[in-house]
Amino acid sequence: MTSLPVDWLEKEKDRRTLRVDASAFSDKVYEALTAACALVVPGLVIAIAVAVFAAAWPAFAKLGLSIVTTSDWDVAAGHFGAAPAIFGTIVSSAVALIIATPLAIGVAVFLSEFSPTWLRQPVGFLVDLLAAIPSVVYGLWGIFVLIPLLREHVMPFLRDTLHLGATPFFRGPAYGPSMLAAGVILSIMALPYISSVSREVLMAVPRSQREAALALGATRWEMIRDAVVPYARSGIIGGIMLGLGRALGETMAVTMVIGNRPEISASLLAPGYTMASLIANEFSEATNDLHLSALMAVGAILFIITLIVNAGARWLVWSVSRKRAQ
Amino acid sequence: MRALKLAALMLLAVACAKEGANNSATASSTTSSSSQSVDLTGAGATFPYPIYSKWFSDYATATGVKINYQSIGSGGGIRQLSERTVDFGASDSPMSDDELSKAKGGPILHIPTVLGADVITYNVPGVTAPLKLTPAAIADIFLGRVKKWNDTRIASLNPGVSLPGQDILVVHRSDGSGTTYIFTDYLSTSVPAWKTSVGKGKEVKWPVGLGAKGNEGAAGQVKQTPGSIGYVELAYAKQNNLPIAAIRNKSGQFIAASVPAVTAAAAGAAKALPANTDYRISIVDAPGAASYPISSFTWILVYQHQKDAVKGKKLVDFLNWALTEGEKSAVTLDYAPLPAEMATTVKARLSTIDLSGAK
Repeated sequence: MTSLPVDWLEKEKDRRTLRVDASAFSDKVYEALTAACALVVPGLVIAIAVAVFAAAWPAFAKLGLSIVTTSDWDVAAGHFGAAPAIFGTIVSSAVALIIATPLAIGVAVFLSEFSPTWLRQPVGFLVDLLAAIPSVVYGLWGIFVLIPLLREHVMPFLRDTLHLGATPFFRGPAYGPSMLAAGVILSIMALPYISSVSREVLMAVPRSQREAALALGATRWEMIRDAVVPYARSGIIGGIMLGLGRALGETMAVTMVIGNRPEISASLLAPGYTMASLIANEFSEATNDLHLSALMAVGAILFIITLIVNAGARWLVWSVSRKRAQ
Repeated sequence: MRALKLAALMLLAVACAKEGANNSATASSTTSSSSQSVDLTGAGATFPYPIYSKWFSDYATATGVKINYQSIGSGGGIRQLSERTVDFGASDSPMSDDELSKAKGGPILHIPTVLGADVITYNVPGVTAPLKLTPAAIADIFLGRVKKWNDTRIASLNPGVSLPGQDILVVHRSDGSGTTYIFTDYLSTSVPAWKTSVGKGKEVKWPVGLGAKGNEGAAGQVKQTPGSIGYVELAYAKQNNLPIAAIRNKSGQFIAASVPAVTAAAAGAAKALPANTDYRISIVDAPGAASYPISSFTWILVYQHQKDAVKGKKLVDFLNWALTEGEKSAVTLDYAPLPAEMATTVKARLSTIDLSGAK
């Protein structure tokens, strides 16, 4: 009988152990590498937070909460009340979400449920492409296309034709640059984030979920409303929060269309201000130490608001998915 | 999954950007330390950047001395000079006593280089002839006291011009800028009510109006909005053919902004200067029949005591060249040159810079 030569067996054994050793080694390297990446990013966040809060400290120490609660921003007089900018950041982002969310979910539902396959790719691609347009380009488009359109047609229509001017939210002259213009620009910028995430989670809803709904005699619309969208709800909320994060921090495009007026006005037709715009406008020419520190403080407040929003989003996603699990 | 990919892509982009920034940082630090490639570095005002960069390039061609200038804004220029991270700074508004006292390299000289001016531009439907305005009328408009174009305070200055009963929309700069400083300095100097209610600064608390970023933003806003009025830098207005108002000067003449009218304002103001002036002077509302009243110097800032004798000499040589040869090319870029007699006295001041390298 023929047996395998012993030396061959030995060699094969060596080769295999070697391979095992090598893969164990590469596992270690890979682990160390990813751990390093995972540590660098939180480290960066902490480093930025420390730097911003340290630079903002003199202003907080001197002005206290008046930065948040007062609305008089007068550099020459040493008054730094950022309430209008905080208000503007929140309102413009809220307007953006009010416009973008239904639109984005509509796009997502159409693409995942109704769209013919040949249309799905190109439309999805074009919507995603909105995220790739630089914000300064949005700003230019806002100045030259959106603002004249709002001033000449949309604002008079809302205020006079629909008589919304009777409410405080659409009162006053229509100059063009306004909270509304900022909200519309931001909604376009936030839309791809919301629709892209929503589409993915809608498409990930299991087939059995749909079939069960249909088997119970649901129409297509009822199936989407009662079986598909609730299943994907936590993912959709995550997408909305991603869009909100985009809207809160956006600087350039908003600065170009919001009118940069540090006043709190209920009217969406009136100009406003945002925290990011305030910093971008004044930072490069700020020489006075307190002024610089106050701008840093505004940055710190923006940081805190974004943190709260993110934490809120986490909590919302968590509570929604927990409810479903029950 | 798509979101993950997106996040990964964004991370990658951040990493690349960081890489790029690191590279450029190391590149600039190596170039500034090796004297062969760049001899002098400066930072500051954006407004004179076009003429300065022309000077630096002409000077490099003529003498081989290379100057690197970062137009990061006057505030940044002052900070960097105070920290001595650059050889010279540049600013559109003079440094305050407080800022001067914080400079780490001792006394600082203000060297006026060229002049800039603000013009009032407007968009009034149906009005083609240049509007005439007085300082009081401008202040009333920007304070929100004059609300309509056919207000008698404007109409009485412009007989024969049919002004519409339209609302006035004030457009001002939203970003901190030397342009705003000149404009508010002018109104503070010539209108007491402005001084007490708004004051002057690179950013002020505007009683009315919309804020737009940059000269292009302000000009664009005015161009687009019927009934609006705003102020922009002269060079920008000339290059874009904006309608500009004629402003009544101290002698009662209505003057449309032009390069000679701005230089005339400097000449008018220079006559009254004491011999030991530190050149931290405002020339708004300057005397002289031909003077345009909303004008200002822009300055290069240098230390009186140069700690590096070789660099110091290069810097002084360049400034002498700029005040002699450089001034000739200013007008091609719509900057007003210094009046000739003033250039001479400023050059005399340059000779007082201490190049011993001591201290």
